Parts: sequence; C-alpha cells; structure tokens
Amino acid sequence: MLFLSVSSLAHADTLLIAVASNFRAPADELVQEFAQRTGHDVRISSASTGKLYAQITNGAPYDVFLAADSEHPRLLEDAGLGVSGTRVSYALGALVLWSRHSDFVNGGCREALDNLGDRHLAIANPDIAPYGAAARQFLIRAGLWTEVNRRLVYGESIAQALHFVATGNAQLGVIARSQVLDARLPAGTCTWPVPAELHDPIEQQAVVLQRAAGNAAAAAFIDYLAGAAAADIVRRFGYGAPE
Amino acid sequence: MNLGPLWLSVQLAAITMLLLLVICTPLSWWLARTASRMKPAAQAIVALPIVLPPTVMGFYLLILLGPSGAIGAWWVRLTGDALTFTFGGLVIASCLYSLPFAVQPLMNAFESVDKRNLEAAWTLGATRRDAFFSVALPQSTRGYFAAAVLSFAHTLGEFGVVLMVGGNIPGETRVISIAIYDQVESLNYAAAHQLSGVLLVLAFVMLLAMFVMNRRWQRQ
Repeated sequence: MLFLSVSSLAHADTLLIAVASNFRAPADELVQEFAQRTGHDVRISSASTGKLYAQITNGAPYDVFLAADSEHPRLLEDAGLGVSGTRVSYALGALVLWSRHSDFVNGGCREALDNLGDRHLAIANPDIAPYGAAARQFLIRAGLWTEVNRRLVYGESIAQALHFVATGNAQLGVIARSQVLDARLPAGTCTWPVPAELHDPIEQQAVVLQRAAGNAAAAAFIDYLAGAAAADIVRRFGYGAPE
Repeated sequence: MNLGPLWLSVQLAAITMLLLLVICTPLSWWLARTASRMKPAAQAIVALPIVLPPTVMGFYLLILLGPSGAIGAWWVRLTGDALTFTFGGLVIASCLYSLPFAVQPLMNAFESVDKRNLEAAWTLGATRRDAFFSVALPQSTRGYFAAAVLSFAHTLGEFGVVLMVGGNIPGETRVISIAIYDQVESLNYAAAHQLSGVLLVLAFVMLLAMFVMNRRWQRQ
C-alpha cells in the first residue's frame, strides 16, 4: 500500500518558490495552472525581493526565486546560489500615477503632480524597492524631482506606497499598474500611465536556486513561466510579458 | 556614518519621555490610589501596547491620524497640516506606544507611598496637591527614574509603528531603526552594523544605569 502510493507520486515533486510580494496574486494563479498541467505541488512564500534575497543567501530552502527585478537574480547567479543559465524574464512592470483624492485631480493625475502644493506624493523607497527606483527615474526624467522631493513619502515597498494613497494619507502615488487592477482597491479619482521610456524597464526575473539544480520540476516551472500560457496570465494582472 | 537618524531618535525619545512623565503622573496616581471598579479595565487599556503588535497600533494610527481620520482631521483644521508623516505624529504614536513603560514604574512607586504620611500631611492642613508634591513625589524618585529610562529606551527602539505612519522622510520621520532597516534591505550590511552597534551600546548603557541605581537605592 505504502509502496503503491509512493510510486504513484514518483513524478510529482513539491517545489517551494519564493515570490516578490508584488507578484503574489498572479503567482497564485500561475502555480495553480502549472499544478493542473504537471501534477507538481508548488508552495509559495512571499516577501520583498530584498528580504527573500537575504533569506536565500542565508540558506532558505527555496527551489525557485521570482524577484521583482533582474538585479537580485543576477547577484545570486554570480554568487553560485542560482543555477547559471536558468535566469528568465517573466514579467515587465509598469508604473501609474494614482489618486483617490477628489478636489485636486480634476485635470487628471499628471496635472495634479504639477500642482502638488503641500500634499504628499507616495513612492516606494528607491533604495530598496525596484518600483521605487523606477518611480525616481520617472520623476527625474520628467524634470519634477527637485520640486516634489520635499513632498515625498516613502513606502518600504510598492504595496505600502499604495496603502498610503488608499488610506488618504498621501494624496497621490506612483504605484504599479498591476496594483490598480486589484478589485479590492477603493475607486480612484484618476489614473495616469507613466510612459515606459521615462524609466528603465522593470524586468522581473526568475532563477532556479542551487538546491534545485537538476530538479526537473523546477526546470519545468521556469519553462512554463517563459511560455505563452503564463504570459496570458501575467498580462491579465497588469504586467507586460517579455517578448 | 550618518548619525542624523540617531539624533532624530534621541529627540523623539526625549520629548516622548518628558511628555509621558507629565501625563502619567496623574494617571498613575489615580491607578495607584483608586478603589474604583473601573481600575482593572483602565489597567488593561494602559497595558495594551505591551501585547498588541506594532502593526495593529500602526494601522489604527494611520487611520486616526490621517487627514480624514478623527484626530488627523481635527489637527488639520487646527494647524493646516496632517499628523501622519510628521515628527509630531511620531510623538503622539510614541507616547501611546511607550505609555505602559512609564505608567507601571510610577504606579508601583505611588503604591508604596505610606498612606499614613499623606494623612498626616492632610491633618496638618496640606491640600491634596501639596501633600502629593511634598510627601509622595520625593518618595517616588526611583519610580520616576525607572519610568524615564524605560520610556526613553523603549521609544528609541520603536520600529513597527514608525514604519507604518512615518513615511520614512529624512530628518522628519527616518529614525534610527528605520535607517537600519533600509541599510539591511539595500544590502549595506557595514552601515547597518555601525548603526546597530551604536544602538546596542546605548541601550545597554541605559539599562545598566538603571540597574546600578536600583542596587544603590536598595542598599540604602
């Protein structure tokens, strides 16, 4: 009996994947579809890219890492903690200006940014969050940085930046497009897509981690992530799909 | 090493400590003396910050202190500025967060004030206020010292609440614990080590001072 159940599971592996918290919702759906196709059991642990990176460098038992940038997977690959050659881009982040404030956004979010006055603009911390770094690039390239610098409040993640705007504590925020598609979000008063040329691409990359080197399920998951079926889901959640 | 965040933390802790010593004096005195049926409930409320996760306090404060929150809206009408993302907001948050650490030692001190001494003062015609300042207060030095050290040290170590209502603004709300968190997250472990080391030494020295003074007082 035991022998039978073990042999019937011989090709179904359990994977533990570490997912950047901004990608948690699409990852849940990707994992579900992947499980249906392959029978592999995939479990998700999510936190900020920086925290997951620190966990991985300290021996956390993850098989695959889905980061919110390309920098951390590359660092892992260079350090020999990521399996070289397994790095793929699975999503492209996009930024939007968003507000739910009523009285100063009549002309739209972009105009509101020029008329910030003493209101607060929330972005993710550029030093620790990839979306924050992109938001800073946008503000610099748009020539607004020196002007809005004083009115910036920093979320420790893009999620907290949104949270500051959603609770009305900041009147405007530079957040991720994927976030404003979330049905749980209170209705906004304006949304303005930040042109992609105003910041470096937010390329979210995944990498197989050393403990899963040679693990067929991990390789299959990476293949699935880079494929067309995954791209559909990724796009539906507000991300761009790499080529 | 950028010591700005440390200085900000020290200012926040000092202001919070002074405010708490003033606010908690009548509160602790009442708690120590009252026979009211409400006392256990009041004690439970005062002790809440010890058991509540900072995320719960931070969440409520973000709602309450924000421009549309009950306290925040009132403050905006009064001053034109909201309380979240400001140093003033952090002072309010810290007073709540460190409240039990000031109340508890003061209450213990007031409870051990001999009631007969107070009664003697009253018989001699002292008002209740006079009796408090001339009899109870001098006997409560230890309690005040402990309340000052603990509320200062606890505020210095505040992290979660500030993370949720501060907005991480340099010179305004980026206190030392937040600065350390930033350095760790951006993999600047050397800078994180330096700031953490300073905080560790500071915390140890403060607690050491308290326990040394305690021992002296016990020997007297």
